[in-house]
Amino acid sequence: MTDATLSAPPQVTSTTPLIAADGVPLKQKLARTTRRMKMRALFLTLPLVLFLIVSFVLPIGQMLYRSVHNPTGSNVMPNFAVQIENWDGQGLPSDDIIETFVKDMAAARKNREVGKTIGNLATRVNYEIPGSRSLFTKTARRADKITEGPYMAALIEIDKKWDNPNLWLTLQRVTKDFTISFYLAATDRKFDEAGSIVRADELYRIYLPILWKTIWLSALITALCFIIAYPVSYLLSTLPLRTSNLLMILVLLPFWTSLLVRTSAWIAMLQTEGIINNVFVYLGFIDDNQRIQMIYNMTGTVIAMVHILLPFMILPLFSVMKTIPPSYMRAARSMGASGTYSFRKVYFPQTVPGIAAGTLLVFILAIGYYITPALVGGNDGLLISNLIADHIKKTLNWSLGAALGTILLVVVLIFYWLYNKLVGVDNLKFG
Amino acid sequence: MSLAAEQTNNAAHEAHVRFENVQKSYDGEILVVKDLNLDIPAGEFLTMLGPSGSGKTTSLMMLAGFEPATHGEIYLGGQSINNVPPNKRGIGMVFQNYALFPHMSVAENLAFPLKVRKMGRAEIEEKVNRALAMVELPDMGGRRPAQLSGGQQQRVAVARALVFDPELILMDEPLGALDKQLREQMQYEIKHIHENLGVTVVYVTHDQAEALTMSDRIAVFEDGVIQQLSTPDDLYERPQNSFVAQFIGENNKLHGKVSKKSNGVCTVDLDGGGTVTADAINVGAAGDRTTLSLRPERVEIEPEQGSVPNILSGEIKELIYLGDHIRTRMSVAGNDEFIVKVPNNAGNIPLEEGATVRVGWMSEDCRALDPLAP
Ligand SMILES: Nc1ncnc2c1ncn2[C@@H]1O[C@H](COP(=O)(O)OP(=O)(O)OP(=O)(O)O)[C@@H](O)[C@H]1O
Ligand SMILES: [Mg+2]
Repeated sequence: MTDATLSAPPQVTSTTPLIAADGVPLKQKLARTTRRMKMRALFLTLPLVLFLIVSFVLPIGQMLYRSVHNPTGSNVMPNFAVQIENWDGQGLPSDDIIETFVKDMAAARKNREVGKTIGNLATRVNYEIPGSRSLFTKTARRADKITEGPYMAALIEIDKKWDNPNLWLTLQRVTKDFTISFYLAATDRKFDEAGSIVRADELYRIYLPILWKTIWLSALITALCFIIAYPVSYLLSTLPLRTSNLLMILVLLPFWTSLLVRTSAWIAMLQTEGIINNVFVYLGFIDDNQRIQMIYNMTGTVIAMVHILLPFMILPLFSVMKTIPPSYMRAARSMGASGTYSFRKVYFPQTVPGIAAGTLLVFILAIGYYITPALVGGNDGLLISNLIADHIKKTLNWSLGAALGTILLVVVLIFYWLYNKLVGVDNLKFG
Repeated sequence: MSLAAEQTNNAAHEAHVRFENVQKSYDGEILVVKDLNLDIPAGEFLTMLGPSGSGKTTSLMMLAGFEPATHGEIYLGGQSINNVPPNKRGIGMVFQNYALFPHMSVAENLAFPLKVRKMGRAEIEEKVNRALAMVELPDMGGRRPAQLSGGQQQRVAVARALVFDPELILMDEPLGALDKQLREQMQYEIKHIHENLGVTVVYVTHDQAEALTMSDRIAVFEDGVIQQLSTPDDLYERPQNSFVAQFIGENNKLHGKVSKKSNGVCTVDLDGGGTVTADAINVGAAGDRTTLSLRPERVEIEPEQGSVPNILSGEIKELIYLGDHIRTRMSVAGNDEFIVKVPNNAGNIPLEEGATVRVGWMSEDCRALDPLAP
C-alpha cells in the first residue's frame, strides 16, 4: 500500500451531517432504506406471527388463565358472592347473607343458561367437598318455598349439613373467581375443613404419581431410543450414500403411516393372542396358557412410543455423524489410540450436539404424548396427558385440566432450563 | 533358506519401509494398485506424485493400516505389518483436512498421542511445548483449532504427527488447502523439520513443483503403477517413459518411426517430415514407432551451422514476453504446440510472429521414448 491511500480521510465533524447526493441527510436516508427492509421482513413473517399468536400464545394464555380463574360460584349466585366475600368466617354467616343465598338459589334454579345453573355450582362445590352434590339440588328445589326468616333455620330444616360453618367457609372460597384449588387438586392437595392446605386422602392421590411416572417413563423411552438409534445412525452415516438413503427411508417409513395405524399394528403384534405371543408359543418359549401381557400396560406404552419417537433421535444423530469425517478416527488411531479409546475421546464427544438435540426432542415429545398411551396403555400405562384429556373431554373439569397442563408445561420448561445449563442450547444440532 | 530369499530379507532389513508385490482392489474388479514394489530407506523424503485417482492415497492408507492390502506384503523396519493394527504401527500422519480434533484445544490435540502412551503430566507438557515451539506456534496451546488460520492448523497437524517421535511420517496432500505463498513457505518448513529430525517421510501430492522442491526421491504414480522412481533432477532430465516426460515439467512431443538404432542412439524419421537423432531410452528396434521428448529450454533458435546435429525449420505462431525469457509457440514437424523458451539475451535476433526460423538441439537433449498416440 502506498502512503497516498493511507492519508487521513476528510475530517467530518458531528455538527455537519453527511449529505447524500440528493441533499437529504445520509442518516435519514439510511433509516428510510432500512425501514423499508424491516417492513418487508415484518410483512413476510406476519402470517407466521399471527398463526403463532392464534394457535399458541392465545391458547396457552387461555389455559393459564383458566387454571386459576373459575367464576362458576359468582355466576350462579352473583349477589351472595358479593356479600359472603366480607364475612369474617366466624360461626355461621348472618341471616342477611343467608337470605341472599336463598334468593340467589331460587333464581338460579330457574336459570337454564350454561354455566349458571345450580348443577354447575353443585359440581364445583363437589370438587371441594365430595358428596355434597345432592345437598345443593335438594335445597334448590325448595328454596322458593322459603319466604321469610330466619333463613338459616329454614335451611337447616331442609338439611342439617347447613349447620356446619366449614360448609360456608367452602362456599366463601368457591364464590371467589380466582382460586388455587385446582393447582392443589393437581398436586394431590386440598383445603381441609378449616381452609388450610393439606395432602389429599391417600385414595385420591393420583396426579403426582402419574406425573412422576410420566417423567421417568419419558426418560426411559428417551434412553431406549438413544441406545437403539446411536448404532443405527452410526451405520447410516458410514454407508455409501445410496445404501444409507435406502435405509433412511426405512427409518422414516413410520412418519408416513398414520399414527393410529402404527399404534394399531402394535396391538396386533403384542396382544395376548397376537403375533409375538403366537410365535413364542409356537417355538415353545412359553406355555399357551401363560401368554405374556405386553400391551394395555406400561410395556405396551414403552414399546410403541420408542418405535414412534425413534426417528426423532436418529435424524439429528445422523446429521451430526454425517459431518464427522472418518479422518478424525483415523488420526486418533494413527496416534496409537485403540478403537474404543478413539471412539470415546474423539468420536463420541463430537456427536454430543446430536445426542443433546435428539434426547431433548424425544423427551419433550414423550412427556406430552397422548394417543399411544391412550390406545395401548391400558390402566397403568396412562400418562399425565391422558388425564388432562379426560378432564377436558369427559369430566369437563377444564380448570383442573388446565392446571395439570400448566404443571406439565412448567416441568418441560424446567427440564429445558436444566438442559441449557448442562449442554447449552446453542450446542444443539437438529440437522 | 535360498539365496534369493536371503537377499529379499536383507533388503527388507535395510529399507525402513518396503512394499513387496502389493496389490489393492476395493471392489474385486479393478486393481487400484497394481504391483507396487518400493523400498524406502530410513531418513528419506519420498514423494508419491501422480494424477488424481492413480492410487497414491490408497498406497499410503495401506502403509498406515487403514486399508488392507489385497495381495503382497508391507514391511516396516524389516517386520511384516500386514496384520498389525494402525494404532500399533507407530506412524505419524498428517491428513489433508488436518483432522485436528475440534473439541480439544491445540495443546490437548498435541497431548493426545502422549496420553495414549500414558506419559506423565510433566513429560507431556514439556513435549507439547517443544512441538509447538518447533512449528513456531508457542502461545497457541490454549486455542481451539477453529480459532487458527489454515496455515496455523497445518502446523499444528504436523506438530501432532511428530510429537510422539515416530520414525515414519505420512502426509497426504497436507498443503492442498493452502494458498500458493503459504504453501511454498510450508514446503520449506516441512523440509527443514525433516532434515533436522531425520525421520522418514512419505509424502503424497499431485503438485509436481512441490514434489520437485521437497523430495529426495519421487515415485511417479499412474494407474496404480509406479512409472518411475528417481531423484527430482533425474525425473526431469532423464524421464524413462513418455508419461513421466509429459507429466513432469514442460515437454515437446515429436512422433516418428525409428529408422536406425545403435549404441544407445537412434535415428528417427518424423511424421511431420525431417530426420533427427536422439538418445534411445525406451524404444524397440528399427521400424518401431516412438515419441521424442524435448525440453523447451534445450531448443536453440537459429543455431550456428554445424553446432547442433538436429536442425528443423519451424513457423512462429505466438510470442509471449515473460521478462526473463520469451515463450515461443511454433509449428515444428507437424506439432503446432512446439514450445521454445528463448532466453532474453542481449544479442538475440528479433522474433516475429509468422516468420519461419530454424530450430536445433543436441541429440542427448532429445529422448526417444515409448510411442504415444499422435
Ligand atoms: N474407499 C474406496 N472404495 C472404492 N474405491 C476407492 C476407494 N478409495 C479410492 N478408491 C478408488 O481407487 C482409485 C485410487 O484412489 P486414490 O484415492 O488412491 O487416488 P489418489 O491417487 O490419492 O488420487 P487424488 O490425487 O485424487 O487424491 C480411484 O479410482 C478411486 O476411485
Ligand atoms: Mg488422494
